[in-house]
Amino acid sequence: MDRTKIDDIYRDRVILDHCRNPRNISPIEHCDLLGDAVNPFCGDEVHFQIGLSDEVIENVRFTGDGCAINMASGSLLSEAVKGLTTEEASELSIKFVESMRKSIDQDVDQQFIGELSALISVRHFPVRIKCALLAWSALEDALSTKA
Amino acid sequence: MFDVEKIRLDFPILAKEIFGNPLVYLDNAATSQKPRQVIDALVDYYENFNANVHRGVHTLSMEATDKYEDAREKVSSFINSESSDSVIWTRNASESLNLVAYSWGENNINEGDEILLTPMEHHSNLVPWQELARRKNADIKFIPMLENGTLDMDRVDDLITEKTALVSAVHMSNALGTINPVRELGVKAHRMGAKILVDGAQSVPHMPTDVQELNCDFLVFSGHKMLGPTGIGALYVKKEILESMEPFLTGGEMVLEVSYEEASWADLPMKFEAGTPNIADSIGLGSAVDYLNVLGMENVREHEKDLTTYALNRFKNADLEGLDLFGPDDPNIRGGVFSFNTPDVHPHDLGTFLDRIGIAVRTGHHCAMPLVRSLGVAATARASFYLYNTKKEVDILVDGVTEALRYFRDGPN
Repeated sequence: MDRTKIDDIYRDRVILDHCRNPRNISPIEHCDLLGDAVNPFCGDEVHFQIGLSDEVIENVRFTGDGCAINMASGSLLSEAVKGLTTEEASELSIKFVESMRKSIDQDVDQQFIGELSALISVRHFPVRIKCALLAWSALEDALSTKA
Repeated sequence: MFDVEKIRLDFPILAKEIFGNPLVYLDNAATSQKPRQVIDALVDYYENFNANVHRGVHTLSMEATDKYEDAREKVSSFINSESSDSVIWTRNASESLNLVAYSWGENNINEGDEILLTPMEHHSNLVPWQELARRKNADIKFIPMLENGTLDMDRVDDLITEKTALVSAVHMSNALGTINPVRELGVKAHRMGAKILVDGAQSVPHMPTDVQELNCDFLVFSGHKMLGPTGIGALYVKKEILESMEPFLTGGEMVLEVSYEEASWADLPMKFEAGTPNIADSIGLGSAVDYLNVLGMENVREHEKDLTTYALNRFKNADLEGLDLFGPDDPNIRGGVFSFNTPDVHPHDLGTFLDRIGIAVRTGHHCAMPLVRSLGVAATARASFYLYNTKKEVDILVDGVTEALRYFRDGPN
């Protein structure tokens, strides 16, 4: 089998690594924002607890269940938003979702997303894009909900 | 003689490659592929016979009507219906079920009545009854399921009572492959004065069906799962019941006489077929039935039983640690449907992985959410076979799953 094809999606082992060893899963001391997202069609779910210091995201706890892309996306996101203000996190979310919705032949500015770029390759598999976006719905839910 | 390699040549799509690999199409419970003969029948209709049916005196309309009614005869014989008046065209099994829920259910299900289902129903044989029960204040009950994915038939006598108005059961489960003893359910239902509906969406394409032998009151099935086009399905209803039923949809084609004030209904079967019907696809389904008859449904069933036996063995003996294969392990009561789950790979990741090596399987809840949940999982991967599948394809599947497990467990090499 041509490994490169399947590696398009699970490339650099980033997705598999984050799926197997999700980051930021420990309980956090205090929580200001709570966010959840569930895809009833596949049963995947993502939950975030966010602790703020002033308006800066100081602590994140990610919990979830589902496929590798969903779990990796939640884990990568939890890393990416740490240290951002809630406003910056919102902007990142908008930019990321926009990038994911771009067709595969359109260039994506990968500068701003760092390790998140591993998720950008999920665009090769249109039916799996929603797996990568579930965590971002949970983030948006958290940013709009005070605990 | 059943020559699968020769059969495969009739299906143009089976020559397709997916990411450079030969297509291994194992999503037949969702829809089947179509042989050249069915595709040609559609083209032939549009090129040579296209006209509306049952209305023109012109030659084309008469030819179209003959072909259309001929297709109904074919489908009627295929299920051994006593009369083609008992066969109503619908879009699919779902529409057939809704037709029964409205046209029969509205007048025959009353407050306090019970509808008995199995836990392995497709949403299409669940939701219309939930809605009917809600409208009528009726109750829905379920025959319990055993660990091996078969019905607990010992409980059926207690569950069918004088309150039971309808027993509606899937003949072959689209998620587990279980073949249910629907004839026996019918005997028990009739003994208590209840009707029996058989959901044949997965069984009619895969085994001989004889509505007189089954003695079912209703049978529903879809054309697209049995080599026919999408958008055409059928409903069989015992004639004396059908005669007592009110129309489902009203309008053109289903009327005898219309004034500005009222209308009277056309004879069977047209009373249940409002509007210009799906002429082309009915003819296409007739052609699919011809194709299946040439092969012989006994032979189709034998071939698939053979594949099922082989696949059960391959799954059992493969290096697939922790793999859960759902459904009965006796090929005599199981169709070629394999739902499975692995602790290390989510079904969607597995589906994507298999797709990349050319294997088409379904992942998810298979439109049987309550059943899949009762298995303790959110989703499964499902491989489902048909008459053109081979043992070699079973090998490709089992090897592919083994490789996927290794990939997700150990990482890319």
